[in-house]
Amino acid sequence: MTDIRNIIAKRVADFFEAGTLANLGIGIPSLVANYIPADKNITLHSENGFIGLGPNPEEGLEDMDIVNAGGIPVTILPGGASFDSATSFGIARGGHVDLTVLGALEVDEKGNLASWNVPGKLLPGMGGAMDIVVGAKKVIIAMEHMTREGTPKILKECTLPLTAVGVVDIIVTELGVMEVTEEGIVLRELAPGITKEEIQSKTEATLIIPVEIGIMVIL
Amino acid sequence: MDKVKPLHEVMTLLRDGQTIMIGGFLCAGTPELLIDAMIEKNIRELTVIANDTGFEDRGIGKLVVNKQIRKMIATHVGTNKETGRQMTAREMEVELIPQGTMAERIRAAGVGLGGILTPTGVGTVVEEGKEKLIIDGKEYLLELPLRAEIALLHAYKADKAGNLVYRRASRNFNPLMAMAADLVIVTAEHIVETGEIDPDEVMTPAPLVDIVVLINNE
Repeated sequence: MTDIRNIIAKRVADFFEAGTLANLGIGIPSLVANYIPADKNITLHSENGFIGLGPNPEEGLEDMDIVNAGGIPVTILPGGASFDSATSFGIARGGHVDLTVLGALEVDEKGNLASWNVPGKLLPGMGGAMDIVVGAKKVIIAMEHMTREGTPKILKECTLPLTAVGVVDIIVTELGVMEVTEEGIVLRELAPGITKEEIQSKTEATLIIPVEIGIMVIL
Repeated sequence: MDKVKPLHEVMTLLRDGQTIMIGGFLCAGTPELLIDAMIEKNIRELTVIANDTGFEDRGIGKLVVNKQIRKMIATHVGTNKETGRQMTAREMEVELIPQGTMAERIRAAGVGLGGILTPTGVGTVVEEGKEKLIIDGKEYLLELPLRAEIALLHAYKADKAGNLVYRRASRNFNPLMAMAADLVIVTAEHIVETGEIDPDEVMTPAPLVDIVVLINNE
């Protein structure tokens, strides 16, 4: 039995089309890289200034000029390129990144995203998230369905400070796959053993339930 | 022209209360040598513009721990708990701005633009107090140039004239800041004779750089 985080990451990886330039956020999104088949020829963008993000180096081979956006030593694959922050965010904001995957604190039925700030608690800053979600052609949210306290994260309207307005396209959780549309959030797939009643009971937004719902393939 | 100077000479130019841009992204491309010297000289009441505040024991984080910063303008400070503590206790003012917006605001200052229009932050707290313009039916925020008295940067290689080459992810904000400050001071890991860097490989042209300091040379 694989843990929830890897189940979500694996399903998200299936959204990657061949040749995609993608940006992965920290947490569950960073696990997605482990499940993308090599023959899909995916290129990863690291907003601190390069494309061609590769795996972590072996111990002892770390190069502190090659870190990811979390400051962790990584590698740059052959064919990669490094650049300054304006170019990096030009690539992101300018619509050159096909897909971004990131976590969220809240998502709502208008596709609004809250992912950076909990008032009254520590406020780390938005970093590059606001620019990346505004520019990426497709935004996938990869997150656990509910908070640790057991409250819904998929809401009618976000309550936390927003990262961006109307940017979310797909939400993948351990319970299913949802698509944000003009009409609201459509349930596309259910995880094995999960009913539409159960996923709705854990979701504040009213899910649009089509006649046909797929089964989420997990590992 | 030889712009290479010893560290002690450079440090006479840094004073309390200055507005200073510091290159780097979580310490990659941060001029650690100059930060250590600022700590030793205990230069205080600084306004610092940088991507982040590093870690408590590395990079700009050390200036935070030593309480030398009055105001920090950054995109993300989550890697340094002391920044969060000082921010919550109102001991240090922290202004957070989106990373791409920071890059463009610095670039705007450096290239003579009166501001930039970005969709980033529309509909969020970032838009508060800012002018909004609609271009082709889409909303943009007017973000103003961001400049400093001094830029402290780090390069992999410099020639004596001040042409710079950065390495890998340590480039980040460095070349942008090189254009957006009155005085530009760069630490370099290697210094070569003028002419040894191929013109096509120069990332920051020499006229933008005032002083080069060699690392491990003092």
